[in-house]
Amino acid sequence: MGVNDMFGYYLDLALRSFKRHRVLTALMVMALGLGIGASITTLAVLKLLSGDPLPQKSARIFAPEIDPLTAASTTKEDKLFERWGNLMTWTDAMNLLHARKAERQAVMALASSKITTATPGQHPFFSDSVVTTSDFFSMFDASFQYGSGWSAQDDENRAHVVVIAGFLNDKLFGGANSVGRILRVNDHDYRIAGVLKPWAPQPRFYSVNLGGRGYGKGDALFMPLQAAVADKVNTQTVNCFDSGIDADHLETAPCVWVSTWVELANASDAGAYKTFLSNYVAQQIALGRFHHPGVALPDLMGFLAQQRVVPDDARMQTNLAFGFLLICVVNTVGLLLAKCLRRSREIGVRRALGATRGAIFTQFMVESGMVGIAGGVLGLVFAELGLWAIRHQPAEYASLAHLDVSMFIATFVIALIASLVAGLLPAWRACAVAPAPQLKSV
Amino acid sequence: MHMQIQPILAALKHHKLATVLIAMEIALACAVLCNACLLITNRLSAMHINSGVDESSLGFIALQGFDPAAARDLDARVAAGLAGIPGVESVHLINSVPFGMQAGAFGITLDQAGKQFRGVPEIYLGDPGTPQALGLKLVAGRMPEAGDYQPIAQGYLPASSNVLVTRALAGHLWPGENPLGKQFWTGENQFRVIGVVAHLAVPQYDEEGERGAEWTVFVPALPPASLLAGTFLIRAHPQDLDRVMVAAKAAIARIAPDAVLDHEWSDTLPALRTKFFRTDRAMAGLLVGVIVALLGVTAFGIVGLASFWVAQRRKQIGIRRALGATRADILRYFQTENFLIVTFGIVAGVVMAIGINLVLMKFFEVPRLPLWYLPVGVVALWLLGQLAVLAPALRAAAVPPVVATRSV
Repeated sequence: MGVNDMFGYYLDLALRSFKRHRVLTALMVMALGLGIGASITTLAVLKLLSGDPLPQKSARIFAPEIDPLTAASTTKEDKLFERWGNLMTWTDAMNLLHARKAERQAVMALASSKITTATPGQHPFFSDSVVTTSDFFSMFDASFQYGSGWSAQDDENRAHVVVIAGFLNDKLFGGANSVGRILRVNDHDYRIAGVLKPWAPQPRFYSVNLGGRGYGKGDALFMPLQAAVADKVNTQTVNCFDSGIDADHLETAPCVWVSTWVELANASDAGAYKTFLSNYVAQQIALGRFHHPGVALPDLMGFLAQQRVVPDDARMQTNLAFGFLLICVVNTVGLLLAKCLRRSREIGVRRALGATRGAIFTQFMVESGMVGIAGGVLGLVFAELGLWAIRHQPAEYASLAHLDVSMFIATFVIALIASLVAGLLPAWRACAVAPAPQLKSV
Repeated sequence: MHMQIQPILAALKHHKLATVLIAMEIALACAVLCNACLLITNRLSAMHINSGVDESSLGFIALQGFDPAAARDLDARVAAGLAGIPGVESVHLINSVPFGMQAGAFGITLDQAGKQFRGVPEIYLGDPGTPQALGLKLVAGRMPEAGDYQPIAQGYLPASSNVLVTRALAGHLWPGENPLGKQFWTGENQFRVIGVVAHLAVPQYDEEGERGAEWTVFVPALPPASLLAGTFLIRAHPQDLDRVMVAAKAAIARIAPDAVLDHEWSDTLPALRTKFFRTDRAMAGLLVGVIVALLGVTAFGIVGLASFWVAQRRKQIGIRRALGATRADILRYFQTENFLIVTFGIVAGVVMAIGINLVLMKFFEVPRLPLWYLPVGVVALWLLGQLAVLAPALRAAAVPPVVATRSV
């Protein structure tokens, strides 16, 4: 018989054995399916949570971090960066912005903006918005359906222009080209400069330390920072570190409330930018504004790790699920063993008729593999059920929990590996069966 | 029990592999079970946090989008309008409530120079009568009186105020000392403790944060103030609360058409509490699901192996029966055997449970495994083992003595 014929024969034997031991087989497939379902569900969520929001350029996007705290503060620097990240005072953010030492740079804060529509009977409503500077769109690869962003000149002139998300354009203008129309935001008139194509990086890295949501459909409104601040926009997060705070003049207050991001031409330029940052801080220390020389410049993924964006819950659930899978595998080992020892006589006959130990071993591994594939199919069903349950949970990432192609493949890879590992011991025991004693007792 | 354990141990030696496998399953189940239970109780105890206020009588209304310059007029109009709703006992201006939005966290120091930093408690601001409306329980000192309510000339807080602190915050700031009359600062704002309340939870409790769940200060204040505008505490009889809140939300559109109701935070306190703990409840539910599946898989594994085992030893059982063993003897034999194997597993499992707990403690915010979990887990697994082996053991006991003579 050729290899293919042999394989076909083993498949046939396996199917026969499954029919004979229906309950044992069902138990094995069930156990493997449960374990794999749980593992894949949690892995899919973990992958979603720890994904790269800008895969094409995240290695070139950096978060400059400096320490504006007063001399009296005893807070350890690294802890501060973990808490505040790239949050800065207005003065420092503007200094870094105007220094233009990076390919692109943007300063931003989050706000909830009141939008008043001209439609009679429609109440004003609040939308998540980003107040930022002109490079934001090109730096973060947000592309336009209609129109464009605004210019650096618009920033300095405090021009009243806005960019809106496609979903807000659908809501307000039924999806029509609204460029040039006037939108009333926070009781001021703004001209719509552009409408974005759907754009929602997950996780929403730029908002994690600004008090925004980490996941979801994205922001509705993008406004020039200078103009919005002049109009007294209420930004989401204000952290103050010294006394004498005047809530109405945050531009000069000892508070961090805007964040800065930079894009470098090459990831290798980070060293040069960090030197620039250190020099800037040294200069501020000389001026008496700063007291701590430490700086940091994590790239986008480094920043997400530093800000601990992936919740501990998700990681703990994944650990638990794999612990569960391990138990299921041990369980499958036991059941496979029970099944193969029950078939000692059959093995004895086959050995006596000339089957080698290798043939018996292969036969049992084929059987395990089939259990694995069946377990994988069932695991897929359980994983879909699990993800369906997750989509009905209150977490903000819930609606994004889906199986993609890679997780689909991973399901069967994990199932096959788990079942083949589980099959090793029983197969080894099976091929160790001596033919003679078994024949005697038939 | 007149059964001897020696022969069972001798028999187990011939089935080392199956014995080791069952013991291993039990060990893994024990280790995961203990730690999953710990995570569940951890969640549940966090959910039972004492807010220190009369939750069932309280509701919160938050408005946005009004002109700050007109806040004083708006607040007066809304407060009067809400107070007119039948069933409303009182309406107060307050910056936030437990389980409500994050409103005012300030770093504090024990000295005026700002050197002795002691953390970032949450500061509640409320107008006259708010502590009584909240239902705060005083354990020392006195409640703020009319003269303690200070206007806010500049910034977020009164320049100097007589405040209430929680017992927890007092213990953190001045361990073992009488907190009454003690002072602390945030920047140039000075606080003096006039009363200590039993409990008052922060609005958004964060387990991973550096701050305690009850590091809170109540600052008596007079509006207008930037933190004290457009947010209202409504007190009503618990039976009226839901109806009152529906009426209140409807009334806002009429009283203040220029403002926008913040639907996320405008709700009764019981509803805000439920919302706040949604993810914890979901996580606890998921863990319960895992535990049930775990026990099920382990039990089925034992059933599978024990059935096979019984089938393999039919002849041996038949011989014993022929030699005079009763059905009860056979049943007890298999049960004792299972008990022994499970015990081996449990011993290994307890060691693993403690090991896993130590690893979790190192990488996650998980407390030490309380020792009383172990005996509970042990008893649960013993029972599980006995239940799982019952069906196969009964089948073994049903083997007639004649089997012994049949196939020899």
